[in-house]
Amino acid sequence: MATLKEVQQKISSVKKTRQITKAMNMVATSRLRGAQGAMEAFRPYAEKFSEVLGNIADKAGDDASPLLTPRDEIRRVNIVLMTSDRGLCGGFNINLIEAAEALMKEKISQGIEVSFTNFGKKGRDWARNNRHQIAKEHLGVVGGKIAFNIAATSGLELIEGFLDGSFDEVYVVYANFQGMAAQPPVLKKLLPIPVIESADAQADTDQAYLAEHIIEPSPDELLNEMLPKNVYIQIFNALLETSTSEHAARMKAMDNATKACNDMIESLTLAYNKARQAAITMELMDIIGGAEALKG
Amino acid sequence: MAESIKLEVVTPAKYVVSEDVQIVMAPGTLGEFGVLSGHTPFLTSLKPGRIVYKDASGKEKMIFVSGGFSEALPDRVTILAESAERRRDIDIDRARAALERAEERLAQEKADKISFERAKAALYRAIERIKVAETRGL
Repeated sequence: MATLKEVQQKISSVKKTRQITKAMNMVATSRLRGAQGAMEAFRPYAEKFSEVLGNIADKAGDDASPLLTPRDEIRRVNIVLMTSDRGLCGGFNINLIEAAEALMKEKISQGIEVSFTNFGKKGRDWARNNRHQIAKEHLGVVGGKIAFNIAATSGLELIEGFLDGSFDEVYVVYANFQGMAAQPPVLKKLLPIPVIESADAQADTDQAYLAEHIIEPSPDELLNEMLPKNVYIQIFNALLETSTSEHAARMKAMDNATKACNDMIESLTLAYNKARQAAITMELMDIIGGAEALKG
Repeated sequence: MAESIKLEVVTPAKYVVSEDVQIVMAPGTLGEFGVLSGHTPFLTSLKPGRIVYKDASGKEKMIFVSGGFSEALPDRVTILAESAERRRDIDIDRARAALERAEERLAQEKADKISFERAKAALYRAIERIKVAETRGL
């Protein structure tokens, strides 16, 4: 049986932990709001861009850009793995890392060399500890305020790597923000760029319009200018989604932790009360016993 | 009085402009162009430079864009740029610093072709940005 004092100490320590988890939950909530705002703000740009790109891709020739052409022989693959820099967010990073690992194993079993581009410390540490090849790492990006520049710079590096033959394929693994409860890892091929579908839903209205479009410079040239940007946009989008997901996952994890603290405090208080009662009873018995003895 | 046309300038971070305007001038890759209401559908890439437009009251305004592309339709102009700044939002000190950096990099002869191109682009952006920031009276 734990003594009163021990139980009391335990209760106060759990209460302190609860304070911290509550605070982290609140911080995550406000960061989540910011990250969601950034995602919202990006949407008009992304939508307009893919609409125009889809239409241009229709007009340009199939072999307009080397970025579109799949390689016959694939020897080297780069996986862009996006995780958070910090932990305490439940299974968030593990899920992402497992998705990347599954892809890596699949590629390695086909005799393909795999390297990583890491966004986020957790994924970097995993790759480093397992001695996987790290082509490039970016820390301090996910979870903060993400500038489009970062996506553009790393996108350019990947494209250059693809063009000079360092990689034959580039994949990205990131967390898809589906809402507070679900942020599943998603795997997307970044390079070569998969076939771009035109915005079919709007085909009836827009296609007639575009038939008359004057395009400057030529569709092929414009497409060549837009395709790298499309890669940057994909990376930027993935970064935004991962950041938002990280905050959502942390909110959930901290919420659970706070609840667990509450449960513990409740059961500890119960134990404390029991111990106190027992002590009182013991004392009473002593007093009564003493009184009886005096009576003789 | 000309009919108005809707101008939208969008960057990945936000809507910079969304308003009805009288005329828009933008720096296309093949040359500057102007758009009035009723323009034929037109799609072009943009180089870094300034977008000048007259708002509904006829006041001239200027924005710096770092390149991107533009779609003009009879009733609207959409400009998608990686970054776009109104004149008052330009950080002139930063632009000047970027200009110096770019000049230094260009001065180094051993620079390979890619970094030379990048430095050239950065130089061009900085020059245009400073030009916009220093324009008076708009």
